[in-house]
Amino acid sequence: MKPLSLIVRTGCNLFAWFMLVFGVNVVVHGYASPGGGFQGGAIVATFIAFLLVSYGGEKIHSWVNEKIYDLILEETGLLLFITLAFMGLPTSFFYNFFTIPWEAYQQTGRLFPQGTTAIMSIAVGIEVAGALSMVILSMFKGIRLVSDRQIEEEPGHDR
Amino acid sequence: MIGNAPFFVVGLLFLWGLMAIFTQKNLIKIAMAITILGSSVNMFLVALGYRTGGRVPIHFLEGDGGPMVLPTPQAMTLTAIVIALATTALILSLIMLIYRHYGTINVDEVRRLRG
Amino acid sequence: MNWTDHLPALLLAVPLLGAFVTPLVSLGGKMLRNTLLVVTTFVTLVIAFLLWKDVLVSGTAVYVMGEKVFNLTMPSGMKLPVRIILEADAFSAFMALCGAIASFAGALFSLNYMEGFSGMKRYVSLYCLLTVGMLGMTITGDLFNFFVFIEIASIASFGLIAFWRDKAEAVEASFKYTLVSQVASMVLLLAFGALYGKYNALNIAAIGSLLKFGFMEKIVLVFIVASLACKCGAFPMHMWLPDSYAEAPSGVSCLLVAVSQASLYGLVRVCFSLYGVTMGASFIPWVVILLGLASMFFGVTMAVVQHDIKRLMGYHSVSQVGYMLLGFGVGMLVLSDAKGMADYGFAAIQGGVFHMFNYTMYKALLFLAAGSLYYTTGKRDLNDMGGLARKMPYTTFMFVIAAAAIAGLPPFNGFVSKLLIYESSFAVHPSLAAIALISSVLTLASFVKVFQTAFLGPEQNAFLSVREVPSGMLAGMGVLTVVILAVSLFPSITMSYFVEPASKALVDQAGYIGAIMGGGM
Repeated sequence: MKPLSLIVRTGCNLFAWFMLVFGVNVVVHGYASPGGGFQGGAIVATFIAFLLVSYGGEKIHSWVNEKIYDLILEETGLLLFITLAFMGLPTSFFYNFFTIPWEAYQQTGRLFPQGTTAIMSIAVGIEVAGALSMVILSMFKGIRLVSDRQIEEEPGHDR
Repeated sequence: MIGNAPFFVVGLLFLWGLMAIFTQKNLIKIAMAITILGSSVNMFLVALGYRTGGRVPIHFLEGDGGPMVLPTPQAMTLTAIVIALATTALILSLIMLIYRHYGTINVDEVRRLRG
Repeated sequence: MNWTDHLPALLLAVPLLGAFVTPLVSLGGKMLRNTLLVVTTFVTLVIAFLLWKDVLVSGTAVYVMGEKVFNLTMPSGMKLPVRIILEADAFSAFMALCGAIASFAGALFSLNYMEGFSGMKRYVSLYCLLTVGMLGMTITGDLFNFFVFIEIASIASFGLIAFWRDKAEAVEASFKYTLVSQVASMVLLLAFGALYGKYNALNIAAIGSLLKFGFMEKIVLVFIVASLACKCGAFPMHMWLPDSYAEAPSGVSCLLVAVSQASLYGLVRVCFSLYGVTMGASFIPWVVILLGLASMFFGVTMAVVQHDIKRLMGYHSVSQVGYMLLGFGVGMLVLSDAKGMADYGFAAIQGGVFHMFNYTMYKALLFLAAGSLYYTTGKRDLNDMGGLARKMPYTTFMFVIAAAAIAGLPPFNGFVSKLLIYESSFAVHPSLAAIALISSVLTLASFVKVFQTAFLGPEQNAFLSVREVPSGMLAGMGVLTVVILAVSLFPSITMSYFVEPASKALVDQAGYIGAIMGGGM
């Protein structure tokens, strides 16, 4: 995939970051509004798709370290999620252990983030952002192998 | 009658997807057919939960009057969409690998396993 | 609060945790990762065993995710259960235990078998996820969660079947399985959605208590039976099964057997606990019986002509699934008929339940043995093998036990369950038992062929340097051998403590519904 024209790249420079911020916004407000972890995470992952389309593959692969997505983002999300699930355990698995009582809403009229649900939504958002970026990057790598028609030495099956 | 229109569409889409899976020869088209199949089922779930004149089932976005639309099928649909996304990504990756091994994505030529 | 109350949730949480921490632990090296795999599957096995014991002692275990009280299925003022509910009765716990044993054996086997391959981080992660999916299918009390777990298991198995992605056959098998499995899952979700639309509930017990058998329910039942029969590899849609079982790494084939049994569990659970007596004694039971007969017969006839050892075993899987379908079909036929039930129906269900366990054990062992042959010789074609009995005495011993068990030779466990199925199906119609017997004879014939060509005969020059497989692989096979021998040597204990409670729980629809619907009132 070759880099696109200057106009596209400039547009990407301008708007890709807003995409990122918008995705994070959807994730953070996901507990009580349309959207949530998965949707926000998917929006965040389009950031990588943006860069990939406008700047082309070689540059992206020199810019990003896949470990960031693979290890840091995905692992953080997954571990945060399951830790929260385990933390409710003395009562029950997935128990919402620091929910704000309904009375608080009735007194103030404000809907507070509902305990673990909000954090789990963020955890899912982090995980999905990492995982979908990984999917895009690794599928792109696969395309490159096909288009160059060189079957490189696979690390998989060494017999 | 008109209230049942979504279900007819669901039926048509489902049959369409199923037919495409059995008749198409191109692996990418088969992947598309699977996606259509999944979408038709998702549409079925959402249509099930709809109530005429219903409100948004979100606490601070609801309007006035009417019953609330059922949120459970929507949650189910979201789950099904997530699963469908994972499967689609996997199917496309498998097609890429098949293309690398066989040099074709015609179903008739991808037949090393038989008998 | 007693910690044993949390066993149903822990059964899913522990392998899930294992799958999630794998990438992190893999940073610490190979040793740590292997330890993680074995420890996770072993802890899961222990939990499954404790759950099974707990269920036997204190009845059906119900677990409500995220509720203030773990077994409050219906908070006050609710007519239907809310939240995600796990329900483990004796049959579910039985299946979970059976799957956990297969998972542990496959994990031990994989340690040495997959030693030389890269990407083991993903392998371990997906293996744990596959275990989660399989266990979740067996203990969930909820139709939609059944769908979610079936999809978790499917996606993990797509990845694992295509693990050797530089082999064209593996990728092709995985793609084939993906197609069949996705169509089946979508049909399943359509059926569950229809049930939800009519009864406003997804809980199996809640729908079961409301269900009235009408036209829509009939269509839904046909959809569910068709899709789950397809998932467990019954005859008309079996073509994915030999391919994917043959091309997956052997440790995975061993677990895939348990996953297909979990699909069969779903089929049986829907037929017995959701529909139960209302299903009537006509159409669906005969469909299940005919599916069973067809898969039994065609599976084994196709297996006899195979010369690839793992494909041969894959076709035998099709045939063995037929026995269980036959047993359960006969049981469904007399579900509303108390006399027939006492005479032969319960025996048929017992036979089916016991055969599910036996099949998982010996088929897993056979796949592991085939994997050992592939590991040492690098070949899967029977024509290229020979004289391996002297080189690999332990593998040979275990293969003989498994082959004898699958062929239904008298002292072994396969004999007991097959006998129960023959007897009961004979009471319905002699020809059913006749076809089952013919299939059994053909099974014996084909395994004699495998044994004779692979293990007996003169030593071949190509295999002079062949040694016994490493100890991890032997340990994996040893676990299953010990289970098979234990079940074979103490048939009366096994039947009364193991199989009978499971069969009773399966037939007892009111008990399954009451555990959820009676809890909160």
